[in-house]
Amino acid sequence: MSSDLSALLYLVASICFIMALRGLSHPTTSRQGNAFGIVGMVLAIGTTLAAPGVVSYGTILLGLLIGGAIGTVIALRIQMTALPQLVAAFHSLVGLAAVFVALAAFHKPEAYGIGSVGNINVSSLVEMALGTAVGAITFTGSIVAFGKLQGLVTGRPLVFKLQHPLNAALGAASVLLLVLLCTTQDPMYLWILVAVTLLLGFLLILPIGGADMPVVVSMLNSYSGWAACGIGFTLQNNLLIVTGALVGSSGAILSYIMCKAMNRSFISVILGGFGAESEAGGGGSEGQDDRVVKSGSGDDAAFLMKNAESVIIVPGYGMAVAQAQHVLREMVDLLKSSGVNVRYAIHPVAGRMPGHMNVLLAEANVPYDEVLEMDEINRDFRSTDVVFVIGANDITNPAAKTDPKSPIYGMPILEVDQAQTVLFVKRGMAAGYAGVQNELFFRDNTMMLFGDAKAMCEKIVKALEHL
Amino acid sequence: MSSEQFINKATDAANAARALSDEVASLASEASRLVVETSGQTVGHSPLIMGLTVLVLAVFVGYYVVWNVTPALHSPLMAVTNAISSVIIVGALIATGPADMGFSEVMGFIAVVLAAVNIFGGFIVTQRMLQMFKKKK
Repeated sequence: MSSDLSALLYLVASICFIMALRGLSHPTTSRQGNAFGIVGMVLAIGTTLAAPGVVSYGTILLGLLIGGAIGTVIALRIQMTALPQLVAAFHSLVGLAAVFVALAAFHKPEAYGIGSVGNINVSSLVEMALGTAVGAITFTGSIVAFGKLQGLVTGRPLVFKLQHPLNAALGAASVLLLVLLCTTQDPMYLWILVAVTLLLGFLLILPIGGADMPVVVSMLNSYSGWAACGIGFTLQNNLLIVTGALVGSSGAILSYIMCKAMNRSFISVILGGFGAESEAGGGGSEGQDDRVVKSGSGDDAAFLMKNAESVIIVPGYGMAVAQAQHVLREMVDLLKSSGVNVRYAIHPVAGRMPGHMNVLLAEANVPYDEVLEMDEINRDFRSTDVVFVIGANDITNPAAKTDPKSPIYGMPILEVDQAQTVLFVKRGMAAGYAGVQNELFFRDNTMMLFGDAKAMCEKIVKALEHL
Repeated sequence: MSSEQFINKATDAANAARALSDEVASLASEASRLVVETSGQTVGHSPLIMGLTVLVLAVFVGYYVVWNVTPALHSPLMAVTNAISSVIIVGALIATGPADMGFSEVMGFIAVVLAAVNIFGGFIVTQRMLQMFKKKK
């Protein structure tokens, strides 16, 4: 196949990838978008296989079969609650693949037409080294993120002395190695660069706390794109550059949305340490804990909601942990059948990754048009009779708007305090992720429903059936 | 989706792709003719500048396309971008390509396996998620 033809086929594949993202603008077009993505990938692989230098089809087929089988099994078995871990694990693979491709290109530059061993074009070498560095950081960073999300590594931020100077030194060392690599073309420097950046990825993510994981996962998403981009420059392949740029900007935008939803600056997330306060055990807010809260039973909740005109459900990650989404939907079905207007309100960081809660509700057969984003529904709380908060805490805390001293001050919240009555399903009075007490618990129009989210929903369902 | 439906859909997709590739082939010959005609006038840029041009334009496309994605589908967005970033397999295939087996080919082979895990895993998990966002009833 001529190189012009393959370049054009790669262009078509790039368009397919753009269409794949475009399709996600609405649920009805999204499946078509995914099909575009698959066509684009088949086209990209097919075109490469037809290139003159590619002849060992047996080996390639074997690789595709092994990888494909593993990927298929994992993707079919994974629980939707474990989605963030899965995505983190997949990111690490992209990073590692980028490192291997760069190493292969360095040791056999002729195959890519970028010079010969010991005499590689300097610009190709810089791009290769950048791709390697970003790939290696993505790899170890994603592994740490995976460990934190899976609970293998503590979700608490691991901060130690001289952490930032050490990271800065490693960063400087990487730049120095890059210069040495370009001037000497010695493979040793590339290997040291790989080692240093692997360590750097590890150290960069370790200090970041569990609450910031949505940002981290999006950020690593972005990195994996830039790694592909770097390799694309090395191979002078526009498809890789375009795709890398799409993925890179997508991840960057998602990180931005997540940061904004938590009122955190990107820099402070990277520097880490957030969530350390929760270790201290509440500190100053302890005096307030003596106040009485009104608590109720499943029957009370059922009665209140059945007699309401409108109910808004505010789910948080705690609901997913308790696997309460299915019985919650049953509860909502019962309410709807008795004429109550029920909707769901989703905060952008309700799950462990962007859009996670939407997927969890969709899995429980909640129609997507009943699920509303924060901006769409915040104005409706004041005309709502009952708000049912399940497994969420910080994202409803009015202190974010009223108390400038609170660590979550400035974070956009779901304004559930505006509603007539607020029901909180919670296991106990423990503070949320941010370690802040929620003023809402002590209000007159709040009723606490203590217990496991799933068990409580089951009780309410039973009560509703008998009402 | 039953396996038969899947096969039918896959065949349709393959046919569509073939038609597209035919069309592109004719475009390509046209383009190469144009290149020959105009090559006397163009000034050659270094590949780096060409790549940079593509990169910057693609970032703009990405920016506008991604802001249009509905927040409800941000998780599928991450899964599908994860799948398509595995297009890095192109580099891995070129590395594995040569008939002899050396260090570079082994590196390439491992990268093919890793990228394939991602491609299959990423697209399938995206499809699983999107199936849940079907209109109910």
